[in-house]
Amino acid sequence: MVKKKTIKKTTKKTTKKKAKKDSTSSSGYKVVGGAKLKDKEIKSSREKMIGQHIGYRYDVNLIPDYKKITPFLKKYIDIMGWDDLNWLEDIHMGFEGENPAVFDRNANAWITLPKKMKLPKDQQDRDMVARELLIKFQMSPDHPLVQLKRTYAKGDNFKLVE
Amino acid sequence: MAGLEKKSTAFDDENLSGRSQKLFFDITEEENFTYYGNHEVDFNKRIEIDCEKLDGNQLNQKIRDALRDGYGSVVIKNPGAKHALGVGILNKLNLIFEGSLGYFGVGCIDGPTVRINGRVGWSCAENMMSGKVVVENNAGSCFGAALRGGDLIVKGNAGARTGIDMKGGTILIGGNAGAYTGFMMQRGRIIVCGDVSANMGDSMYDGIIFVGGEPKSLGTDCVEGEMNEHEVRWLEQKFKNAEIETKVPASKFKKYVAGRMLWNYDNLEPAEKKGILG
Repeated sequence: MVKKKTIKKTTKKTTKKKAKKDSTSSSGYKVVGGAKLKDKEIKSSREKMIGQHIGYRYDVNLIPDYKKITPFLKKYIDIMGWDDLNWLEDIHMGFEGENPAVFDRNANAWITLPKKMKLPKDQQDRDMVARELLIKFQMSPDHPLVQLKRTYAKGDNFKLVE
Repeated sequence: MAGLEKKSTAFDDENLSGRSQKLFFDITEEENFTYYGNHEVDFNKRIEIDCEKLDGNQLNQKIRDALRDGYGSVVIKNPGAKHALGVGILNKLNLIFEGSLGYFGVGCIDGPTVRINGRVGWSCAENMMSGKVVVENNAGSCFGAALRGGDLIVKGNAGARTGIDMKGGTILIGGNAGAYTGFMMQRGRIIVCGDVSANMGDSMYDGIIFVGGEPKSLGTDCVEGEMNEHEVRWLEQKFKNAEIETKVPASKFKKYVAGRMLWNYDNLEPAEKKGILG
């Protein structure tokens, strides 16, 4: 009799666990770094097969809100002699796996943010952080393209000025 | 960084990661606003170059020499609609052409602000990464082909396949645009103040096309979207910056986006497999 009871208890526990797992996956959005990832959209057979969402996981067409521009970005615009964010209008905070990250087109790679860093929930604010981060990364003397140029550039026009 | 102090952030003890980048980058390093190795230029230092007896290569070399000497404003006299002028400038610069450009003008640029007091031929500002190009007259076909970023403005009309394969940036057309405008565009924004010819936005994957007039017909997978107030404000700001006066107010512009039917990869792949396996 005692054995039977214990068996019943364990089966109950497992069903509860299963129910919990199901509820998290069916509830759709997973909150990562203050943003909601649209994991509920992993539904097509192709997406299931590769275990990955196809397409962007943020609003790629979101136009920047200039009310939220930061002093750093203002300074950058002034130095470049432009009127607005220019190429940075296309920069958004995205994700690499489950980590918030910004894509660097020059290095063709994601730059992930440290896990300790707390990001604002609003996508517009997050995008401004992403833009600052990308400028810092691209203009760094340690950017991978600088290393490449230092090693492989040929001809006077393309030599690195140091 | 926004709201972050250098010494009290998470960056101090944790470098940014992501594939191999963590080896190279330290957020606490000095702030730079231009690419490392670019020439320091002064916008108030100005030089004029006469292009009458120069070919494209020679002129481009002269522009690079001017950059090396610290000139921030370069004026090109008599460009004579020669091809491939002002290409490959990867520096901040104020470049003015006193005349028209031929094919592939100011292609592959990253940073300069260019004003062209004339017309431009095919594929102007192709593969532009960042910067601003203003064309005072009309533009030929493939205007802003494969554009990656920056602002591309033509005050007159633009030819067919404007913004073909563009991956970012903004193209602003003061007049009308030709057939297949926004063909296969993947990202970015096209604004046409006038009318657009047939098959607008054909096979577009993403991005937005704003039209002040009427498109003759929509291409495959191009559908009308809903404008919001935020986008109207942004359009007004763009018109103001470009010094373009529109016949229609920004709020009356129509917005077109991708229907995303081409995103349905599942239906394509089995068909491809069948084709290969017979």
